Amino acid sequence: MSEPHVENNRQFPLQSESDLAASSGKFAWFDQGFTWLVYGLAFAMVALLFWISFIIFENALPAIRQFGLSFLWSQEWNVADLKFGALPFIFGTLVSSALAMLIAVPVGLAVALITSEDILPASVRSPIAFMVELIAAIPSVIIGLWGIFVLIPFLQPIQQWLYDHFAWIPLFSTPPAGYGMSSAGVILAIMVLPTMAAISREVLLAVPKELRSGSMSLGATRWETIFGVLLPAGISGIVGAAILALGRALGETMAVTMVIGNTAQISPSLLDVAYTIPAVLANEFGEALDGLHVGALMYLALILFLVTLLVNIASVALVKFISRHN
Amino acid sequence: MHDRPIAEKIDPSLAAELRRPLPTYRAVFNSGMTAIALLLTALAILPLGSILLEILIRGGQNFSWAVFTNIPAPVGVTDVPNGFGNAILGTLMMVGIASAIAIPVGVLTGIFLSEFGRGTKIGNSIRFIITILTGIPSIIAGVFAYGVLILNKVTQFSAVAGGFALAVIMLPIVALTTEEALKLIPNHQRLGSAALGANRLQTTFRVVVAAAIPAITTGVLLAVARAAGETAPLLFTALFSISWPDGLFNPTPALSVLIYNYANSPDIGQNQMAWTAALVLVGLVLCISIISRIVTRRKQ
Repeated sequence: MSEPHVENNRQFPLQSESDLAASSGKFAWFDQGFTWLVYGLAFAMVALLFWISFIIFENALPAIRQFGLSFLWSQEWNVADLKFGALPFIFGTLVSSALAMLIAVPVGLAVALITSEDILPASVRSPIAFMVELIAAIPSVIIGLWGIFVLIPFLQPIQQWLYDHFAWIPLFSTPPAGYGMSSAGVILAIMVLPTMAAISREVLLAVPKELRSGSMSLGATRWETIFGVLLPAGISGIVGAAILALGRALGETMAVTMVIGNTAQISPSLLDVAYTIPAVLANEFGEALDGLHVGALMYLALILFLVTLLVNIASVALVKFISRHN
Repeated sequence: MHDRPIAEKIDPSLAAELRRPLPTYRAVFNSGMTAIALLLTALAILPLGSILLEILIRGGQNFSWAVFTNIPAPVGVTDVPNGFGNAILGTLMMVGIASAIAIPVGVLTGIFLSEFGRGTKIGNSIRFIITILTGIPSIIAGVFAYGVLILNKVTQFSAVAGGFALAVIMLPIVALTTEEALKLIPNHQRLGSAALGANRLQTTFRVVVAAAIPAITTGVLLAVARAAGETAPLLFTALFSISWPDGLFNPTPALSVLIYNYANSPDIGQNQMAWTAALVLVGLVLCISIISRIVTRRKQ
């Protein structure tokens, strides 16, 4: 997105700005109508965002009235007794996403560096970039299917080993079931990797060649240049990429639902089962009958919506900020 | 001044230092980091390779034309042809509904961003909002469709509700990719058209959009591929059914939901069928996205 556009109708002096837009003849009405239509639809997109917010808020109201803010830190989720608390879901969403970022940021940066620097010949680099981006095209339910039948059997011995040797660390203190927080973290990392890698790559490619040459000519090695010049120059863009990837991770539903175990609890152990907000929405909305249950789910959706909205605004603003300053 | 060779002007100790090879720790750090980066990159590609391979091997086992023409056989019954033609049809129906809403509205919004709002404050704000919309989790689109259509009793769980949710996901993608496509059309074509006396409608459709059609198609195909693979918003808008779709206003099966249900099933036969359905869905989605990427690359 290059910002300095050539503006359409201001390239040569016109008597008034509306000269080009003004039309006459028998199609004038069509033209006017088209202009109005296009403006109307563009504003409808803005309205859509507010409509989504309104619908979710409106339907969450019964639960907001009933539970107030204590919904955020109460732990019980019991549909039969109509007692609802969001903490286990918030915990699961945040921890699984954090785990994903822990894996995806270094791996994504490595991919971005390998595909933007000249370590490998160009004929190998672009297929690598293409393949990593292809992961984003695979439907998440299929990644979840692969997670259940391929990834979990692969991870289980590793998790067992961690439990056998490091059970004294709270992080590995429960016997692994295969399904659980750590498997969800790995799946999420795979899914947000394309976002992380593609944006970081663009940011690194946008760093001026002179900086690189300058550093190299002063005698820095390739990796000294990367750590000393390239990464600092692109840091805001890389942070923007990471935040955008975090937004994806927070809202990712199917793959996580399929491997996290779907049990509303808060456990310090990464090997234990957990639950996330998108997962509980996916599992319970179809069967929600009671108004308060629907309300509580809508309340959860509202929390997720607000968090992802904030995260997205932050990352878009950050990436925009950089493109303006380049 | 220029008669002495450069080497003699350099301090001998500095010259010696320049000739010395890289200190060991710097050399090790450099090649070590290269090795780590290559390793991590290999690690990043591994899942894709594994996913595609497993889909081909496990999905290929039960693959036959019968899966396209039959509905799911009851669990445990083996003498009835087994398939998921109903889910394929349901997916096509819902993607069709979503496309019918999202493509015209999205393309016109893209036209607004590129032709009317470019460089203006309103245009930039609307583009910002649309970019934010692309980042909204797909499950939120489902919750929204559920709130608008099902809680308000406009319709029950149905293809219309599912298609509406998918349209919300497709809309911003179509709008932004259309804008990108139109931005590539040189400005002098617009001016030329205007100079010949064309009005905005004529310039936009006969000159700008006509020239950008391949790139717009690419964006639309990407959005369609994305919608075809979506599952979460369909779980509680379209629900599911094991029979052929019964009109637009009844619960409707989808390929992605079928994969989800079969993957979680205790029945091994259904697990295997999930892989076959995944083969069909990935075939559909990857073909669309590879074709569209090749088209864009050639265009640029």
